[in-house]
Amino acid sequence: MPTVHDWISDPLGVVEGLFAQSNTCPDWEKKVVEYFKEKLKPNDAHTWVPSLNDVPLHYLKPNSLVKFRCMVQDMFDPEFFMGVYETNDPTLDSKQVKCGKYKDITEGGQVDFNSRNTVTSERQTFYCVPIPGESQWVKESYAGTSQARVVPSTSYVPNRHKRSYEEDDEMDTQPQQMKGVSQGAQSSAESHGNIEPKRQETEAPSHDSSPSHCTSSLDLNFPLPGEKGPACLVKVYEDWDGFKLNDMLEVFGILSVDPALSVIADEREASSLLHPTEGMETVEEQRVHSPPASLVPRLHMLYAQPLVHNNPLLPSSVLENNGDYLSSVLGELASIRAELLTYLTHVLLGDSLAAEYLILHLISNVYSRRDVLPLGKFTLNLSGCPHSSPYTEHLYKVIQQLVPSSYRLCMSLHNMNNQRMVPRKDYTANRLVSGTLQLANNTSLFLDETQLEQGQLDATGVRNITALGNLITWQKVDYDFNYHQMEFSCNINVLITSEGRSLLPSDCQVHLRPTLNPPNLEEYLSAVQVAQVPSQLNKYRIYLSVARALNYTISDEITKAVEEDFVEMRKDDPQSMSAEDLHRLLVVARLLSLSNGQNTLSRDGWMKAKQLEALRMSRTQQQKCVNGNEP
Amino acid sequence: LSPPSQRSRAHDTSTELQPMPTSPAMDVSLFSSPMSEVDASSPLMYGTPSSRVEGTPRSGIRGTPARQRADLGSVRKAPQVDMHSEPVSENAVAGSEQGAGQRLVIWGTDVNVGTCKEKFQRFLQQFTDPSSREEENAGLDLNEPLYMQKLDEISVVGEPVLNVNCSHIQTFDADLYRQLICYPQEVIPTFDMAVNELFFDRFPDSVLEHQIQVRPYSALKTRNMRALNPEDIDQLITISGMVIRTSQLIPEMQEAFFRCQVCAFNTRVEVDRGRIAEPAVCRNCNTTHSMALMHNRSAFSDKQMIKLQESPEDMPAGQTPHTTVVYAHNDLVDKVQPGDRINITGTTCSSSKLWSRHTACLLFSSGIYRAAPMRLNPRQSQVKSVYKTHIDAIHFRKTDEKRLHGLDEDGEQKLFTKERVAVLKELAAKPDVYERLSSALAPSIYEHEDIKKGILLQLFGGTRKDFTQTGRGNFRAEVNILLCGDPGTSKSQLLQYVYNLVPRGQYTSGKGSSAVGLTAYVMKDPETRQLVLQTGALVLSDNGICCIDEFDKMSDSTRSVLHEVMEQQTLSIAKAGIICQLNARTSVLAAANPVESQWNPKKTTIENIQLPHTLLSRFDLIFLMLDPQDEAYDRRLAHHLVSLYYQSEEQIEEEHLDMAVLKDYIAFARTSVHPRLSEEASQALIEAYVDMRKIGSGRGMVSAYPRQLESLIRLAEAHAKVRFSSKVESIDVEEAKRLHREALKQSATDPRTGFVDISILTTGMSATARKRKEEVAQALKKLIQSKGKTPAMKYQQLFDDLRGQSEAAITKDMFDEALRALADEDYLTVTGKTVRLL
Repeated sequence: MPTVHDWISDPLGVVEGLFAQSNTCPDWEKKVVEYFKEKLKPNDAHTWVPSLNDVPLHYLKPNSLVKFRCMVQDMFDPEFFMGVYETNDPTLDSKQVKCGKYKDITEGGQVDFNSRNTVTSERQTFYCVPIPGESQWVKESYAGTSQARVVPSTSYVPNRHKRSYEEDDEMDTQPQQMKGVSQGAQSSAESHGNIEPKRQETEAPSHDSSPSHCTSSLDLNFPLPGEKGPACLVKVYEDWDGFKLNDMLEVFGILSVDPALSVIADEREASSLLHPTEGMETVEEQRVHSPPASLVPRLHMLYAQPLVHNNPLLPSSVLENNGDYLSSVLGELASIRAELLTYLTHVLLGDSLAAEYLILHLISNVYSRRDVLPLGKFTLNLSGCPHSSPYTEHLYKVIQQLVPSSYRLCMSLHNMNNQRMVPRKDYTANRLVSGTLQLANNTSLFLDETQLEQGQLDATGVRNITALGNLITWQKVDYDFNYHQMEFSCNINVLITSEGRSLLPSDCQVHLRPTLNPPNLEEYLSAVQVAQVPSQLNKYRIYLSVARALNYTISDEITKAVEEDFVEMRKDDPQSMSAEDLHRLLVVARLLSLSNGQNTLSRDGWMKAKQLEALRMSRTQQQKCVNGNEP
Repeated sequence: LSPPSQRSRAHDTSTELQPMPTSPAMDVSLFSSPMSEVDASSPLMYGTPSSRVEGTPRSGIRGTPARQRADLGSVRKAPQVDMHSEPVSENAVAGSEQGAGQRLVIWGTDVNVGTCKEKFQRFLQQFTDPSSREEENAGLDLNEPLYMQKLDEISVVGEPVLNVNCSHIQTFDADLYRQLICYPQEVIPTFDMAVNELFFDRFPDSVLEHQIQVRPYSALKTRNMRALNPEDIDQLITISGMVIRTSQLIPEMQEAFFRCQVCAFNTRVEVDRGRIAEPAVCRNCNTTHSMALMHNRSAFSDKQMIKLQESPEDMPAGQTPHTTVVYAHNDLVDKVQPGDRINITGTTCSSSKLWSRHTACLLFSSGIYRAAPMRLNPRQSQVKSVYKTHIDAIHFRKTDEKRLHGLDEDGEQKLFTKERVAVLKELAAKPDVYERLSSALAPSIYEHEDIKKGILLQLFGGTRKDFTQTGRGNFRAEVNILLCGDPGTSKSQLLQYVYNLVPRGQYTSGKGSSAVGLTAYVMKDPETRQLVLQTGALVLSDNGICCIDEFDKMSDSTRSVLHEVMEQQTLSIAKAGIICQLNARTSVLAAANPVESQWNPKKTTIENIQLPHTLLSRFDLIFLMLDPQDEAYDRRLAHHLVSLYYQSEEQIEEEHLDMAVLKDYIAFARTSVHPRLSEEASQALIEAYVDMRKIGSGRGMVSAYPRQLESLIRLAEAHAKVRFSSKVESIDVEEAKRLHREALKQSATDPRTGFVDISILTTGMSATARKRKEEVAQALKKLIQSKGKTPAMKYQQLFDDLRGQSEAAITKDMFDEALRALADEDYLTVTGKTVRLL
């Protein structure tokens, strides 16, 4: 059991200590960062740090080191603060030089603003929210690996939010199963006494009530409706230019929840009426930029790790330096793929071709951009889904079980006309009001077109459809800055389920052709899901994340072969093979190779890709014929 | 980037300012620390109310009231001098008398008021700028001292503001410039003083509203908003941005007026660092706490808060724009409007640059900035350690204010460094620059060389010609291009690329845009309830390119808007009480799909895309993007695509010109190259036009119209621009001819005869088709006549008869057309299924 470390419980002490030596070593600021980096280096060191994601805020000690897994939702203006200041103590008539870094409020005595020792420094504030659409299994798994010891005096219970979906009760079997997963994976954690599932159940309602209360009074600006969790103002001291909007980060920082922060806001709010020059900030702006610290804690960043993925089952910095890990997984990929294929085939009612394409879709990833063209995206349109049946809902649940973050967007007329999808800058409050399409990289967006009924799209609806179209075709979202638009590129996997061909563009359309016709669809699907052992699910999750991140090359020889092939195909029938088809074929070949754990395209892989495409095309064409024959 | 610690600096200069000469009423010290009252009646205070009594020896100035410079001193940094802790250095003793010695300087700076004033006066009297091209200097004699002429102007116009270009000061006296940048708070009042002395020397009888204020602008230390850092505090800076919000007018107290409730003794207290020290004791009757503020006798100045946002061009990708608060004072209030950037493209004013000082003030936990008496708050020991920063505006400049009225591309002229220009010129000197640039355009799209060349020329555009004086109006300089072809031939991709390349591009889709969205609409502003003109894509892309995808899917009413835009380059609006004409000097790049999803080579362009010929004839170039079915092409295409998928970034970089270079190249050429036709080129153009007309005339067709000649001229000019040549030469004409011919060959070939026939585009029907139509009509007429006197005939039977009689196949369409033609001749009428003779 790890002991309570000073650097976790009192990081400011460490900072002060290093600052005291600042006379002798001028680059103490660097040293602070290095110190914490060093401390966090050991393999499990970061698990000792309590996480804002799963520990409720009131259980955390102020001014302690915490971590936060989040997405940068907005970037505020840089602010100047007193890096070093001097205080006067009138009683003792002594002066003291203090460090203002990593703090919001000055302490001790009256600040001497005219001191020569004052150093003004600059820092940047990011508004961070938990990763939107993060699957429940990810949250649980992260919480499970945590070994953080929170102050024993408080009755600490890990914060497990209830599932945000109301269907929870219906799929009773699944939480059971999930618990199995987490319990299995966390047996070690439990031995520390951190997780007590029973108590959790009893505590749960009280948890639920508090967050819902906060959201009503203060809009925490989460991209997706129904999200929970803390939002955070992260103060960044170094290299803030390196961060981008919608980046996923794991921030290690000093928690600041000083109630004085909110007091200031209150007082100023009252005074703003009296004093117009204070009106530099509107009330809305104040509310957004200095919300009560109890709801939106401040986090003074010591160190942040950009997250390439948020899959807890993989080492966090995989893929660049974990060659060993990769090679160990690589061997198994093919066998896991086969199992996953069977599983998905069952889910897709016995359609193995659709299951193949679904795998390809799930591992697709925009790996590069050539001028405006995103390469590697693979939007799948699964047509032929039964209208107004819970099938798509179940399909989404299956996908949710497999990917770290996902969101199901029901394209009902109401949603299209009313939902805010594109983030918009609110100049009164001076913030970026989030929208559904502000998602972190590699989020799976599940567009359910079967929910669409006839009716009129209004202006918002048309804009939303355009935004979705842009997202699919160019992998970018044009954020609305009122006076102009700004383009933010993204990397979102879009899966469209529809009855017929989707009204949105897609890279590839597969018509679902069920071979099974279970009398009770729901029972069948839940049975299929139950049949998957938790460890099996974990394997799939690892598989999908690893396959997506593999490197890929094409040898010159294969390039030649592909060229030959293309020319050959065009010779027979130029209509059958356009440049667009070749684009798609290349993507399919790439994903197919990757899904088999191969780093390069082989001749065999190319042939397989062609076969797969031919199969799919013939099905689409048949579908066309069928439709054409209908009166 | 250096960490903030290195960038930050101790406030040793800004905190040691010259102490303000305090009026007697201010003797109540706010601070407990021992202070030495350095009562320097420094000339610095010239122009502030406390110095009002002092005046100057000159009668002219004495008669003119001074005006507070709220822009300089609204939030002064604490000028408290702690004599006990600070070593009293030589120059810490501020000069109490002017001219007491050359070494005396203002506290904390190296500014000597006397020298500074002298230097500035010399600058005003001597500076000339013969090569000045600023508009403000229009009408001035450039060889005479510039600013003396401006003083003359002030005496005539009576507007007591002197705008001084900082770069002028820099060229005149670099040291003075440095002082101005570093200590604007001290130097600018000195300038004020200098200029007033000079002015009233010259015009002793002149009457001004208040004393002249100097407004320096264009400080060379121009900053991107992102680059502002603690070092810039209290310095003169220039930043540009976009106004996003303006506050209402705030009356700010400059001087408080107190009256004793007991003895009615009056006293005035000046604002010091944003607060007013309430006199605790009446000096007359010694009653404590008897002074009451008289609001209506206090002096206020106007103030306005302006939020400025980084302009989108300055921003790194993936980040949100920064904002800065700017305070405008006195007559700068209400000079700018929110969203001014939108108006860049033509309605009112536009992006504003301002030259100003960056100051920071502290934010206390209690309401320190209140004008109410300040009481020390017990909680004040705890201070939020964040500064609030803002900029006090000294000068606003709207760069393209005149856009609405006329041609002004200089306003948006991008500043290029000399090195960059050298790089661009070097590139331009290469013989194959045209090919290089065209291949750098959208490298991910394969081949279509001519189309890329066409688009390249479109990006450069022709030379703008203004014949308004002779009553012929403007001539269009923009090149319009239509791409049509099979779906999936990367038309949209090309459009996206162009949209991303040009600074003022708009991308719309024909399906999603309405006439209103393209032009302009009137909207009620939710806040002010005023009617606001919101501009649409075409107006927004003034001087840019408007990319319209799915041109064919556009509704007719929307398309009809384009007629005016594409030839006259203006947009007339008459709705909801607003009648106006906006500039829409935009090039249109449109893409259209054929009606039958696949291009039918047997049909003409018009038939394939079903666009009105009136619109088509406004396109300079119409390209077909077809799938060439040819093995060699396929092979190259395949290679291109495959390599797209596996080539690394570096390889791509090597092969092609950087997009940034291309951008700069185009921007540079557009702004600084204005080619004119040479004699030789004009001859070549005339010949080319005559040749074009000749081709058709032999077969009774017209193959060229004056519009085509204009297109040729534009293209030739654009090509000359590509070469950075100021003259259009015959090679330009050659290329224009070639490209034009290529485009025509593709789009205006009559599929029936195989000849190029421009009338397909201009009238929507080829000459042969027209001839044929007439023939059918005649045949039908004959047929009916041969039937004798039958007043009515069955439609179907007539059709069958005609088909039986005619040698050539006659389609139903042709038959209908023939009937219509005869109906037009009043020969017959068609009612339902019967044909009646008249």
